[in-house]
Amino acid sequence: MDPIRVIESRTVVLSRENVDTDQIIPARFLKVTDKKGLGKVLFCDWRYDAQETPRPDFVLNRPEARGCEVLVAGDNFGCGSSREHAPWALVDYGFRAVVSTRIADIFRNNALKNGLVPVVLEPAAHAKLLAAPGASVRIDLETQTVRLPDGSTASFPIDGFSRYCLMNGVDELGFLLSQEEAIAGFESRG
Amino acid sequence: MTEKTQAQQGPRTLFGKVWDAHVVRPETPETPAVLYVDLHLVHEVTSPQAFSHLRERGLRVRRPERTLATMDHSTPTLPRRPDGSWPFVDAQAEAQVRFLEKNATDFGVELHGLGSDAQGVIHVFGPERGATQPGMTVVCGDSHTATHGAFGALAFGIGTSEVGHVLATQCLLQRRPRTLAVRVDGALAPGVSAKDLVLAIVAKIGVGGGTGHVIEYLGPAVRSLSMEGRMTLCNMSIEAGARAGMIAPDDATFQWIAGRPRAPEGAAWDAALARWRKLPTDEGARHDQEVSIDVSRLAPMITFGTNPAQGIPVDGVVPDPAAERDPQARGTLEAALRYMGLRPGQPIAGQKVDAVFVGSCTNGRIEDIRAAAAVLRGRKVKVRTLVVPGSHQVKRAAEAEGLDRVVRDAGAEWREPGCSMCIAMNGDDLRPGEYCVSTSNRNFEGRQGPGGRTMLASPLTAAAAAVAGAVADPRTMVSGEVR
Repeated sequence: MDPIRVIESRTVVLSRENVDTDQIIPARFLKVTDKKGLGKVLFCDWRYDAQETPRPDFVLNRPEARGCEVLVAGDNFGCGSSREHAPWALVDYGFRAVVSTRIADIFRNNALKNGLVPVVLEPAAHAKLLAAPGASVRIDLETQTVRLPDGSTASFPIDGFSRYCLMNGVDELGFLLSQEEAIAGFESRG
Repeated sequence: MTEKTQAQQGPRTLFGKVWDAHVVRPETPETPAVLYVDLHLVHEVTSPQAFSHLRERGLRVRRPERTLATMDHSTPTLPRRPDGSWPFVDAQAEAQVRFLEKNATDFGVELHGLGSDAQGVIHVFGPERGATQPGMTVVCGDSHTATHGAFGALAFGIGTSEVGHVLATQCLLQRRPRTLAVRVDGALAPGVSAKDLVLAIVAKIGVGGGTGHVIEYLGPAVRSLSMEGRMTLCNMSIEAGARAGMIAPDDATFQWIAGRPRAPEGAAWDAALARWRKLPTDEGARHDQEVSIDVSRLAPMITFGTNPAQGIPVDGVVPDPAAERDPQARGTLEAALRYMGLRPGQPIAGQKVDAVFVGSCTNGRIEDIRAAAAVLRGRKVKVRTLVVPGSHQVKRAAEAEGLDRVVRDAGAEWREPGCSMCIAMNGDDLRPGEYCVSTSNRNFEGRQGPGGRTMLASPLTAAAAAVAGAVADPRTMVSGEVR
């Protein structure tokens, strides 16, 4: 995983609440045994009609969405299943951060392991982003802040360890493997 | 606050006791806790990339005996063909199933795969094996792992990266979640089941209301549920955003576990029982949040919308977005009604349906099949109806009671075990625009096939819809005592 410190990008705004993982990637695409190329089926049933023609009214199909790395979504993004295919699809598509007022627990955990930064903002700051689709934002992991379209900044919480892993491109499995002695000790006590 | 001081602080919750007992290394501001996992359940959809990652890094499965696998999502529910082959929906589904077989062999994991007499939906299968026990930590690459909390286990869903972590280290990095007590007072009326209860709870808390929390279900209505009912209740904790739901174990729990293949025996059973009896939340222990609900007047519930919190009584009407003050909530409701093709103020009873599904990790157990059969007995279904037992064990038990005949005589299909139309990965699905009353757990857009419209309900309500060809109140079709 590449280290992440700052993400500067225009936003795509998907203002719906409760965007669930079945919308992010429908279950019929979960029969894969690898994780490559899932970006092409990201939001598949919102993006394409039954004939696989792009729906012109869906945000990702608009020309200005091209190249955007920050997805701003309504409250409770990523609810539903534990499928890591959801962040795999978002990252493969090109997103590097998701911004909402609430992000579902399992999705957030999965996102953190794939270099997708989950940004939870207070409603007032979030509203500024919802109101300005395509605005340029700057997400700074070092300072845990987002620079909003009006020039103000808003801070966001992120677990210190997860932040360390993202900023250094470290994977959590390495840390767990380094705990072997403690794990073996725990097992021998049990 | 470290685990140790927490542990010494007097009265503890059920969750607190289980958590404390599994902390390998306490959390600090810099690092999460290293939490030990007693039981890791594995299925074909969320494990392939994790096994591949182990191979890439030259790692083994640390504790194969704590790892237990079956297959359920991509498996067909139609029987094996005369030539011995399985009717997979496509080559990709078959390849995924074969890959789990290979991974189980290569890594020494116990697998009850396709063709095994124990195979089933993972959250039906695990408890049936006696693998799920009180006080355990249980994880699986599946959000409905919450099911196992019915036994007083701390059970939650994880992603594939974490599946890899557990395979390799038997541990996870976790921050201690908060707890939410859901107290359920009163008694459920006849014809009202655990499914109706959980739909009412999710409607009350909201689809994200449990985020960051582990729920403990308390109160007389919870206590009086069977183990099957408790599993249904805990199963849908995730639909309120909670990663886990727990119910303190009691004699009903212990009786249910006794004698199962992985249950302790002899002196080990006695020792386990002594440990398990200490698990319930201590008098005076505090939860971070508390809500309560009285279910004395609860009616059978059904969802009208596109998330599980959008539920109403089966004798109720579809809500009107115009009555919603918050513009965001109004928009959400309008979008749901548009997708579902329902009108504000419309009585939900009488809404035509095209299909009915009885099954899933929520409602695919023997009691659920019995409930559906109680409605179907002596009647005919008007729409395509799939009854899919949650496991081969459930299937055998139902067939021993003649329930398969009841289902078939009614004109419904009696299928092989699997997730089937709950997630619609295996070819069991809806056509665009079709309405389905389903005993599964999610009514998200397209969950049962692109354009499909799902209405979540209990097995009784689903069977009633099958018979009526429309949403119907099951209380008019069964005698008093059936749940």
